[in-house]
Amino acid sequence: MFNVYDVIVVGAGHAGCEAAAAAANMGSSVLLITMNMQTIAQMSCNPAMGGIAKGQIVREIDALGGTSGIITDLSTIQFRMLNRSKGPGMWSPRSQNDREMFANTWREKLESIPNVDFWQDVVKGLIVSRETVKGVVTGMGIEIFGKTVILTNGTFLNGVIHIGEKQFGGGRIGEKNATGITEQLVGFGFETARLKTGTPPRIDGRSLDYSKMEVQEGDDEVVGFSYLPIKKIKPEQQKCCWITYTSSVVHEILQTGFEKSPMYQGRIKGSGPRYCPSIEDKINRFAERDRHQLFVEPEGWNTVEIYVNGFSTSLPEDVQFKALRMVPGFENCKFFRPGYAIEYDYFPPTQLKFTLETKLIKNLFFAGQINGTTGYEEAACQGLMAGINAHRSVIEQEPVVLKRSDAYIGVLIDDLINKGTDEPYRMFTSRAEYRTLLRQDNGDLRLTELGHKIGLATDERLRIMEEKNKQVCSIKQSLSEISVSPETINDYLLSIDSSPISEKYKTEKLLLRPGISIEDLMNNIPDLISSLKDFPRLALEQAEIQTKYEVYIEKEKELVKKMAGLEDLIIPESFNYSKLTALSTEARQKLDKIRPQTLGQASRISGVNPSDVQILMVFMGR
Amino acid sequence: MYVTSNTIVALATPSGEGAIGIIRLSGAEAISIVQKIWKGKKIFEQKTHTLHFGRIVSGTTIIDEVVVSLYQNPRSYTGEDVVEISCHGSQYIVEKIMVLCAENGAVYAKPGEFTQRAFLNGKLDLTQAEAVADLIASQSSAAHHAAIHNLRGGFSHDLKAIREELIKFSALIELELDFSQEDVEFANRSQFLSLIENSKFKIQNLIDSFRLGNVIKQGVKVAIIGKPNVGKSTLLNALLNEERAIVSEIAGTTRDTIEETLNISGILFRLIDTAGIREHTLDVIESIGIERSKKAMLEADIVVYLFDLTNFDEQELLNTIKEIQQSGKTFLVVGNKADLAAHKVLSSFPFEIMSLSAKNEGAQFLREAIFQKATDGKLNTEGTIITNARHCAALKEVLQSLLDVQSGFDNKIPSDLVALDIRRCLYFLGEITGEITNEDKLDYIFSKFCIGK
Repeated sequence: MFNVYDVIVVGAGHAGCEAAAAAANMGSSVLLITMNMQTIAQMSCNPAMGGIAKGQIVREIDALGGTSGIITDLSTIQFRMLNRSKGPGMWSPRSQNDREMFANTWREKLESIPNVDFWQDVVKGLIVSRETVKGVVTGMGIEIFGKTVILTNGTFLNGVIHIGEKQFGGGRIGEKNATGITEQLVGFGFETARLKTGTPPRIDGRSLDYSKMEVQEGDDEVVGFSYLPIKKIKPEQQKCCWITYTSSVVHEILQTGFEKSPMYQGRIKGSGPRYCPSIEDKINRFAERDRHQLFVEPEGWNTVEIYVNGFSTSLPEDVQFKALRMVPGFENCKFFRPGYAIEYDYFPPTQLKFTLETKLIKNLFFAGQINGTTGYEEAACQGLMAGINAHRSVIEQEPVVLKRSDAYIGVLIDDLINKGTDEPYRMFTSRAEYRTLLRQDNGDLRLTELGHKIGLATDERLRIMEEKNKQVCSIKQSLSEISVSPETINDYLLSIDSSPISEKYKTEKLLLRPGISIEDLMNNIPDLISSLKDFPRLALEQAEIQTKYEVYIEKEKELVKKMAGLEDLIIPESFNYSKLTALSTEARQKLDKIRPQTLGQASRISGVNPSDVQILMVFMGR
Repeated sequence: MYVTSNTIVALATPSGEGAIGIIRLSGAEAISIVQKIWKGKKIFEQKTHTLHFGRIVSGTTIIDEVVVSLYQNPRSYTGEDVVEISCHGSQYIVEKIMVLCAENGAVYAKPGEFTQRAFLNGKLDLTQAEAVADLIASQSSAAHHAAIHNLRGGFSHDLKAIREELIKFSALIELELDFSQEDVEFANRSQFLSLIENSKFKIQNLIDSFRLGNVIKQGVKVAIIGKPNVGKSTLLNALLNEERAIVSEIAGTTRDTIEETLNISGILFRLIDTAGIREHTLDVIESIGIERSKKAMLEADIVVYLFDLTNFDEQELLNTIKEIQQSGKTFLVVGNKADLAAHKVLSSFPFEIMSLSAKNEGAQFLREAIFQKATDGKLNTEGTIITNARHCAALKEVLQSLLDVQSGFDNKIPSDLVALDIRRCLYFLGEITGEITNEDKLDYIFSKFCIGK
C-alpha cells in the first residue's frame, strides 16, 4: 500500500508541517502522519504568532524558504511591531491570527505540494534495525517504511490532562494521547522526563463587556512576517484586542481552589515554564502583587470565541469560573471550556546532534515539544531544520547547521543540545549574544542565500533579496556622497532640539544623531529626496539601520570574532574525558555524553564551568 | 597527552644544606610509595592531616629519622594524596630519599607541576595559579604581599563582586527588553548610573594599581646618567652600600648585563647599566658614553640625571633636562657636591633640583626620592594590586565598555544597545575570571519578577 518514503513525519503541528513542507519542497517524498486530518497546524494555545525573539524566528524560517511566515501573513487579524522604541535588534513582529484560517491555509499549502502524502493514524512504534530507523508501525498495525523518520509528537506522548482533581489521558483537550513510542525509545536507551504546560479557559465573546477594558489596536502599518510580497491585511481592517486586570478579590477566590489544585497536591510532577506560569502560580509566588494583566484576544474573523491570555490555570472549573467573573468586563462571562494543565513526555535534547538527529538511532529526528521546547515558533524552526537535514541525509549531502551568530534558530538548537532544558524552553533575545546582528529586518540578508543553495528558497526569493541588497547599497552610497549645508538643515535641526551645524555635513553623519530618521532627512534635504524617492520603504529602512547602528553592529561582529577563537579549537572525536580526573565529575559526564566538537561548544554545556574549559585547553596543548 | 595518574616527587625546600629538608610527593601512589621505604606506624591507616615520626629505610639501612605529614585527597594543596617527608637537611639524605621514592614508583616533578595539579584539580583558579607563580618569583616583601593576596582569591573576589552587580544590572535591562509587553515595573535609571559609576571607580582603581603592581613584580628600572666626573660612581656605591657593590663585581659576571638591585621599603629597584658607570665608559669616551646613556634612558622607568653643582652651564643643563622630559620618562634632577663651598645655587630654574652630597648622607635622600617617584608616595598593599599585564589590558577594555554604557545612557541610546556594551564588559571580565552564561541573567529575572501571561 505504501512505497518507501524518503521522509516520514509523525505529527502535523507547527514542527511537523514545516518538516514535511521543507523536505518535500527540496525534493524528498514525504508522508505526513497525523491522528486527525482536521487538526493539522492547530494553534493549541493562543491564536498569535511571533512576539519578542519569536517573531525573529518566524522571519528566519521565512528567509530560509520555510512556510510559517506566509501562513501567518495570510491569516493575520492584527499586526504589531513590538519594541519599536528600542534598537532594531529588539523590533519584534507579532500577529493575532484567525485560528481556523491559519490551520486551513497550512493544510492547503501542504496539499499543494505534490510529493507530500497524508495518512490519518496514530504511530505506535518505530521499526529499527542495526541502530537505524527504517519506518513506523501504526495503531492499525500497518508498517510504513521510510529512509528517515521525524518525530514531532508535541504534548501527545503519554499526555495527561489535569483540571482540579480530575485527570485523564489526552494530547489536547478532546483528543487522545499517544502511547508506545516513549516506552520503545526508553528500551533503546533514551532518557525521558515529564514537562507540564497549561492553557486558559475559552470564553464566549458575546458575554463580555468590552467597555470596561482597555483597547489595544494594531499598528498603522502591517509589516508582516514574509519577505515575499504576500498580500497582507489592510491596517484599517484589523481586529483589536483588550486588556483587563485581576484583583485581590479574584486572587482570594482562586486561593479557595488551591487544595484541589493538581500543582499543589503534587499530582503534576513535570516542571512548567517559569515565564508562562499559571495564574495560581503567579499569585502564589508573587503574593505582594494585587493585580495581574490579562490580554483578551479574539480567536478569528467569524467566531465569538475569546482567549484570555494570562489566565492559564488547572484549578477546578467552578473556581476558574467564579474568579474570572470578578474580573472587570467578565461579570457575566460564559465558558466554552475551562483551562487545563497538560503533562507529557519529552526527551532531554542533549541526546541530539546539531542536525536534530538522535545520537542513538540513525536517521531518526526529533523536533518541537518532544525536545522540551514551548511555542509555535520554536517548534516550527526545529521542524524546518529537521526536515532540511533529513532530506540532506537522504541525498547524502552535508548537514545544514546554523551558528549562534547566524540565526536565533542556531542559538535555539545550540542551547538545546548543549545545555538541555528541564523546563519548557522558550526563546528570548537575551539568549542570543548577537541580537544586534540577528534582526527581524535582515533575516533575508542573513539566510536566503543559504536557503536557495540547498534548494529550499525559490529563485524568486533570492532575486527579491538580491534586489533589496542592491538598493540598500546604492542608498548608503547616496548618503555618504550627499552633503547638506547649514542653511538647508539648521531650521529643522533647531526644531527638534538637535544642535545646528556650522559647515557642510554628510547626510550619513546626520543620520547617526538620535531621533533623526532617513525620512526626516529626505523631507528636509531636496538633494536627498530626489535621489532616494524611488526606493521602496523597506530598503530605505534597511539602509538606515545599517548606517545608524553601524558602531554597535561592528562591536558585536568583533565579539563574534573573539568568540570564534574557541569555536575553532576542534576537540578530537575520540577524546577520552573519562581519564581526565582533573575535570569535575559533572563536567566529565556531560562532556562524555554530549561530545562537543569544539572548545566553544564545550564551554556552553551546562555543568561545564570555565575552569573545566581551561583544563581542557591545557590538555589540548594550549 | 598529559597523564595525571603518576605520582610526583620534589624537594619543597631550597636545595643545598639546611637544618631541614622537606620532600613532597603528590599522586595516587604517594602514600604507598612512602610506606615502602618507611618504618613506623602504617601510614595508610592514619587519618588525614596528621604527623608521624618514623624512619626512612633502604632495605635494612636506616637513612634518616623523619616526620611525615599526611594529606589525603581532596583536602590537600594539589587535591591529590600528598605526603611530605621532613628530614634532616643534608644534601646526601635529601637526594637519597628522593632516589628511594623514584625507585619505588615516583617520578621527579617538573617545575610548577604541583601548582599545575592544584589548578587542574580545581583547587586554584587561573588568577590564583598565576599568583603562585608570582609568589615563588617574588623578591620583595611588597611583591610577596600582592601575590599572597591574589592567591587567597582577592583579585577574583573583587572582580566577582563587580561582575555580579553587572549581571544583576543587565538582567534588569533584559527584563525591559524581553518582557516589555508584561506588566512589570522597570528598574530605576539613576540606580543604574550610580552602579556604573561605582564599578568604573573600582575598575579604575585596579587599573591604577597595575603601575604599582608592575613596579612591585618587575622592580623599577632606574638609570643614573650624567656627564663625566659628576660623581655617578660615588652615588651608585652609596646607594648600594659599598660592600655589596664590591661583591657583585666578582670576576666572571658578564659585565654588560650587570644589573644591581636595591630594595627600598619593600620595593625592588633595578639599576641599569651599572657596569657602564663602573667602567667609566659612560663618560670616558664621549660618543660611546652618549649612546649608552640614551640606551639606559630608554630602558628605564625612572631617570636620575646627575650633575656637578660646582661645574655646569645653566643653558646646557636646561636643554638636557628638556630632552629627558621629552622622552616621557619619570625623572629626577640631582645636583651633586652640595657639600663643596664652590657650589652654585640656582634660582628661578624651571625644574625642581635636588641638591645633595653623594659622599655624605645624600644617598639616603635619593632613596626616598626614588621611592616617592615610583609609588607616588603611596604603597598600600592591603588591597588588590594587579601584577599581570593580561589582566590590566582586559580591565582597560572593561573600563572602556563601562564608559560606553554611561554615554549610551546619556545619549538616550536604546537599552538593548546599552546592554551590548554591558555584555562586552562582562566578556572582558570573563577573560580574567571565566565566562558568564545567559542563564545567569534569566535565573535572576525569574526569581525576582512575575513574568508571563
